[in-house]
Parts: sequence; C-alpha cells; structure tokens
Amino acid sequence: MNNISAIFKRELRAYFSTPVAYVFIVIFLFLTGIFTFYIGGFYESNQADLTPFFSFHPWLYLFLIPAISMRLWSEERKTGTIELLMTLPVSLAEAVVGKYLAAWCFTAIALALTFPIWITVNYLGEPDNTVIFVSYIGSLLMAGGFLAIGSCISALTKNQVIAFVVSVVICFAFILSGFPLVLDFFSSWAPQPILDAISSFSFLSHFNSIMKGVIDIRDIIFFASLISLWLYLNTLAIDSNKAR
Amino acid sequence: MDYAIEVKNLSKQFGSLRAVDDVSFNVARGEVLGFLGPNGAGKSTTMKMIAGFLEPTHGTVSLCGYDVLTDPISLKKKLGYLPEGAPAYGEMTPLTFLNFIADIRGLKGRYRKERIIDVVEKIHIEGVLHQSIDTLSKGFKRRVGMAQAILHDPDVLIMDEPTDGLDPNQKHEVRTLIQNMAKDKAIIISTHILEEVDAVCDRAIIISKGQLLFNGTPTELIAKSKFHNAVSLLINTNQSGAAKLALLNLPSVKAVEIEEQPMGMSQLLVIPTNAMSIAGTVSSLVNNNGWGVEQLRVEAGRVDEVFRDITIGSVKKLTEPEHLS
Repeated sequence: MNNISAIFKRELRAYFSTPVAYVFIVIFLFLTGIFTFYIGGFYESNQADLTPFFSFHPWLYLFLIPAISMRLWSEERKTGTIELLMTLPVSLAEAVVGKYLAAWCFTAIALALTFPIWITVNYLGEPDNTVIFVSYIGSLLMAGGFLAIGSCISALTKNQVIAFVVSVVICFAFILSGFPLVLDFFSSWAPQPILDAISSFSFLSHFNSIMKGVIDIRDIIFFASLISLWLYLNTLAIDSNKAR
Repeated sequence: MDYAIEVKNLSKQFGSLRAVDDVSFNVARGEVLGFLGPNGAGKSTTMKMIAGFLEPTHGTVSLCGYDVLTDPISLKKKLGYLPEGAPAYGEMTPLTFLNFIADIRGLKGRYRKERIIDVVEKIHIEGVLHQSIDTLSKGFKRRVGMAQAILHDPDVLIMDEPTDGLDPNQKHEVRTLIQNMAKDKAIIISTHILEEVDAVCDRAIIISKGQLLFNGTPTELIAKSKFHNAVSLLINTNQSGAAKLALLNLPSVKAVEIEEQPMGMSQLLVIPTNAMSIAGTVSSLVNNNGWGVEQLRVEAGRVDEVFRDITIGSVKKLTEPEHLS
C-alpha cells in the first residue's frame, strides 16, 4: 500500500510538473464545451439535463485518454527508469496499479473541472442531479477502462506514437463492439454466443445505460473486470518486454 | 564463510545469443569487486540479473541470504543499484527524486532526514537540489543516481559504470567515496577503466563473451603480465649491446628488448622467466660491469596488456569450434 501511494504521488506530480497536465485540461474543457453547446445543441434541446454533455464523452476519451496513457510505460522503457523502478523493493503489480491510479486520478481532476456546466444547467432549470452524478461516475468508469487498455499497450512499445495509435484503434473497437462495424467482422464465422459476448463489450451501450441515471451492478462489474484484466495483461507485457 | 553476494552458475540466453554463460562468484562484506570486460561482454546483463531486473535463464543469485527468484522484494531492500547510464525521472528535482526513493524505501522521521542530508553532502549535489534532473550535466546526473543507490545505506551496492562520463576530479571523488563505504558493504562496480580496478577494488573479475575468465586480486591480475617484475634500465647506447648479451646469459632472464632513447641513451627492458624477481641480480651485474646506468626501475606489469591477452584469447577460443563445424 505504501509503495502504491509513493508511486501514485510521484506519478501524479509528474503530470503537473510538465505542461502535459495543463494542455490536456485546457483542451479537454474546450472540447467538452464545443461538443455540448454547438454540436450537442444544449440550448436548442430546451431540456435541463446534461445528455448533450455526456453523450460525447466516449468520443472525446477515444483520443484524449490514449494521449495520457501512451507515456505511462513506454517512457519508462525509453528513458531506462523502468530498470530503476523494477530494482526498487516494489512488486510489478504495485507499480502498475500506482501508475494507473495516478492517471485515473488525473482524468478525474479534468472531469471535475467541467463543474461550470453543472452549475449552468442548475441555473437554467431544475435538472435531476442524481442522474448527473451517476453519469459522472459512469464517465469516470469508462475513462478508467480506456486508461487500462492504453496503459497495457504502452508497455508493449518504447515508441509513444505507436502506443497512441494502437490504443486509439483498440479503444475504438471497444466503443463500437455492439455495432455492425465490429460485429460484421465476426458474424461470418463466429457462433452466436461469441457475438453476444463481443457486443456486450461495448463501452457505448454500458455507458448509455448508466447515463439514464441507473447504475446497474452489471455495468460496474463490466468496467471493474475489464480494468482488472487489462492491468493484469499490463504486468505480463512489462515482464516480457522490459529487457528489450 | 558467509558471503553477502552469491552468484552460482548464472546464465542468460537472449534468443540464440548466450549473453552470460555459467558465471559463478562470491563477494564478502567489506570487499569491493571490480567487474571488467570489453563492451558487450555481458557485464551489464550479469548486474541486471543480480539486481533482480532480469530473470536468469539458469543459476541462482542471493544477496544476504535472499534468493532473487523466491524473495525478490527482500533482496531488493538490501540492495542499492545504479543502473547503466544512471536513469532518473527527468522532470523531478534531485530533492523530490530522493524523497520518492525514501518513500519507497520506507525511510521515516528523523532518520530519513538525516540520510537525505548525509547523502546530499557526501555526493555533493547541494547546489542542484532544486533544479530539474533533465537540465543537469552528465556528471551531476550520475551523482544523483549514486545518491539514490546509497540513500538507504544498503548492505549490497551494485554500480554499473559509476565513473563513466565524469571528469578526472569527479572520478577521484567517486573512488574515494566507494572506498569509504567499503568497510561494511559488499560492493560490485563495473568499469572498463583498468586503473580504477587497481585504485578501488580488492578483487577483479574479467568476463568476455559471457564467460568468467579471471577472478583474483588486482595484484594477481598484474602478475599475469609478461612485464611483471621486468626491470628497465636507461643505459648508454654504446654499452647497450654488451649489456644485452650479458643479461641474456643470466638464467633468470627470458628476453631483453632495446629501445633507443634521445641523448645517446637506450632503454633496456629485461623480462624475467616466470615473473621472477630479478632486480637484485640485474643491479649487481650492472655494478660489476661498471655500466653507465642512469635509471633502474622494476615494472609492476601492464594491466591493459593482461586484459587484452585474456579477453582476445577467449574470443579466439570461442570462435574456433564454429570453423570446425
């Protein structure tokens, strides 16, 4: 626990001691604004809810989360600090979890800074704040899923650009896995249960169900097990690649 | 005897390349071991396995009784390690970096403060404590790496090329530092600077092509030189021919090399058989013949020549079977 918190603190501090954090937060807030007010038609819908705001989160995360996660392990490998980290009395799992939690905490900070939108909608009308709160939780869970994928991919390469591109592609597949674009690829040869399993991986359908304001235990389990699985793969990826 | 570092039959295979091949050695507390070898000989790979970064393909490593495979965390607690190139988190300052290491090492309270102050003073990084590591010179980066390695006052200290990239003064400082720490620690340093072995190490190991080729004291290493105990004489050139003949008549002399020097002098290098001590016989011969000798010096030997003999010999030995097959 002590090790996880030491790595977590170091890592979170690293975001804010470089321009990465500030650039990311500014762009995230700017884009959420554009999507909500211009593309989402927040005013035109004449409804006091944040659906226009949340419904674009999967698409924002698709590009912004891999931008955070790409450096998690590939930078450690490139600069050689992985050798330092792995020869400190820290287990691989502690290192993976510590770094992951720092990245997740950072996205939580960015997400929390969208609070002016929540104030705006409360000023304009009387929204269901429970739905909004639950949607924030759902959005954070989804970001956690993307981050776990990105963290694992970044352990496979020293090159951050490759880590970014591959993460975007895999995240894209997870967003759309319930849709024909992905399902058609499998439907010709995979049996129905597998197709059902693949379509149940869709981030979009899980997030959409949370956005209705109800947290279903199945959605929680989905994201929790997805994150655990990718972080486990992450440790394997580090173990088999650290020497190269 | 109880060794702080025990390495048994260590091997590492990378695909078809055998980077380390059946290396065994021990290091006792209070001993400084110099790790020598040409580039790519497997020095760093061996150190990475001892430090628990790479898993050995075969063999075992234990530090202070902790095995690298069964109890890596306890092993790493006993270990201070400076990886090759002294990697550090560039955006941190030396102070925040040391605080992070202190967190991980579980140093607390007053002891933690004392250790940080002590290490900062010993390594002389007071002036750059609040500057980001990215902006530091190579010498300072290496020092920050060393500070990190000795922060928790480890029983075992392993440093991969600690003096690489330092200027002569800094090298001297680092060597003094290592010597001062040597009393109660087991230390391994790798280097390709040969005089460093003589200056700081109690024992030296040479590996080449992954194989251990020499394990002994620096004195033993030098004794392998054919120039060990050789006597060099500075003598008048017109007497040098006669002197050479007379010297070669001595049973203890194997060869004599003549090299012309300026001002009508010649340098005679008298090489003994089996590295015998011949200084006495040579000097009495000089007195008896009344040669005009300006200088008489006993040579210790040439480490670089021994190093070349050992490592290049091994390359030949290893490549021969391939020609046959």
